[in-house]
Amino acid sequence: MAESVLSIRDLRVTFQTQMGELCAVRGVDVDIAAGEILGVVGESGSGKSVSFLAAMGLLPATATVTGSVMLDGVELIGAKKKLVRSIRGRLMSMVFQDPLSALNPVHRVGDQIVEMIQSHQKIDETKAFARAVELLEIVGIPQPDERAKQYPHEFSGGMRQRVVIAMAIANNPKVLIADEPTTALDVTVQAQILEVIQRVQQSFGTAVVLITHDLGVIARVADSVNVMYAGRNVESGSVQDLFDHPSHPYTRGLLSSLPQEGIERLVPIAGFPPNMLAPPPGCGFAPRCPHVIQSCNASLPSLVPFEGLMTSCIRADELRIGGLRS
Amino acid sequence: MNMQSQAPLLSVQNLVKNFELRASKGLRKSKRIVQAVSDVSFNVSTGKTLGIVGESGSGKTTVGRSILQLITPTSGRIFFDGQDLTELSFEELRVVRRQMQIVFQDPFASLDPKMTVGTSISEPLVVQGISGDHQDRVAELLDLVGLAPDHARRFPHEFSGGQRQRVGIARALALDPKLIVLDEPVSALDVSIQAGVVNLFGDLQKRLGMSFVFIAHDLSVVRHIADDVAVMYLGKIVEIGNKNAVYNDPSHPYTKALLSAVPLPDPKVERLRHRIMLEGDVPSPVNPPTGCRFRTRCWKATELCAQTEPELVARATGQQSACHFPE
Repeated sequence: MAESVLSIRDLRVTFQTQMGELCAVRGVDVDIAAGEILGVVGESGSGKSVSFLAAMGLLPATATVTGSVMLDGVELIGAKKKLVRSIRGRLMSMVFQDPLSALNPVHRVGDQIVEMIQSHQKIDETKAFARAVELLEIVGIPQPDERAKQYPHEFSGGMRQRVVIAMAIANNPKVLIADEPTTALDVTVQAQILEVIQRVQQSFGTAVVLITHDLGVIARVADSVNVMYAGRNVESGSVQDLFDHPSHPYTRGLLSSLPQEGIERLVPIAGFPPNMLAPPPGCGFAPRCPHVIQSCNASLPSLVPFEGLMTSCIRADELRIGGLRS
Repeated sequence: MNMQSQAPLLSVQNLVKNFELRASKGLRKSKRIVQAVSDVSFNVSTGKTLGIVGESGSGKTTVGRSILQLITPTSGRIFFDGQDLTELSFEELRVVRRQMQIVFQDPFASLDPKMTVGTSISEPLVVQGISGDHQDRVAELLDLVGLAPDHARRFPHEFSGGQRQRVGIARALALDPKLIVLDEPVSALDVSIQAGVVNLFGDLQKRLGMSFVFIAHDLSVVRHIADDVAVMYLGKIVEIGNKNAVYNDPSHPYTKALLSAVPLPDPKVERLRHRIMLEGDVPSPVNPPTGCRFRTRCWKATELCAQTEPELVARATGQQSACHFPE
């Protein structure tokens, strides 16, 4: 396996809230190599966004973050703020769901990209602007030299997301984290943005973390997948293996919830996700799992190798069902 | 759509809805008109589901609200059970509305946070002047949507998103409607929860026999739940017909592109599949393209498409589509 450019170990995030301590992330490991697209899938509250906000050092002071985040050999957890600031936006950058809130409405988009470049590189205004235009062209914005002089409101949703991606790759980051980058977009525009992300990954060898709730998006562009539930990775592996023989009951439940051609009746997952103020003592999925047994509640299961995947179900071997809808 | 001997429950004919935008340029005020829906017609039979799909700005939500006269159409007729709703007075409409309900996307916004769920569900009964104690009916409705009778005493914040949407559905069912407009009813829900609500719609239709107009941007969900599908683009229906015809043999280039853009949860299929990548975004409905509205993004467009607007024409595969160069 290629060396990881980003390596996260035992990441834990807790928030101090009025109702007590909320355990949003409870021991997550992530490895991603250069030029790889890692899909992180999970439902609301699974901790998928929080994990990567923590890695970026973007969580508020109410959050306690422990564990290790190694970016290109440099430890970020507990690092000086100045170091984290110099890395964020340069070696590792992030794209969010809503491009409008990521852009300043009163500045021209070109100038915003210039600001991004100049905050990390000593480069004069004219050169930086030329680079901004070049970046807009890379992300597929027509007439980039004219568009660079326009304001965010003059762009459509899809075009704005392209601008945000241009900003994110302005300093050739090693890792690009895209948090639900296409969720707010129409499906035909989503297809365009996914293509831009793939193009960036292929032309610059950027490692991309694609956070999404859409298994279809994962199937289309990701090389490997982490499935998150209740603040843990419950299953991970290559896209082919995961869709071919999902082993964790949660992954299987997610897939069987999706409407697909020829399926008469969907199979939802019973119940709802646990309250993370008081997470279950054992497997986080146990309260909703159709295959739960006594020992599932005993202790938090960890990821173990199983049929080419890493799965955290203690019954994976017994429950081997092979293909999802055989 | 196939003409049956029986009149359809709902018949929308030549529906047009324009919204006026007042934009001021300096001291002069100019009026701009958004053509949200232009000349849309379709029928929905008793016990059937029509899915309306389209991207943002396609006019699908405006169609849904016009059916219930929540917004007044600019022109066109809406026949419900033989009555033209556009000609009714407010009082007459209130009586007919008993038969038609709507469920919105955001279940939290559509429930009063200070009202118990039981009160919310029984409110339509009160509004319609049905006297008596509604407790039994509320319990029955909660049971129908898969909630427990004692949930009636709780408040919306005590429920999860999926449960709240079930409450919204229970309220819509309170008056035994013949038609429910479902406007993106599952888009705010996580997939594992969404599946349960989608199943619920199917079960309710089987048991109670009402019709649905199911508005959604998620093509897979619509395929699962609908009998017929209408594909909308910039205020027009570009293709309409039996779902199998539309999904298996799309005739309009837009339908084809839309279907090919939907990511399917199967990496093998995804990586081999030919995708039609549409250029650009949907144009503004303030100033839609002349002729065919899709022509600015269509790979087949010619001079003819700019000059003459194509009409919906029946195709060999059963559906109707509005294209000069159908697939």
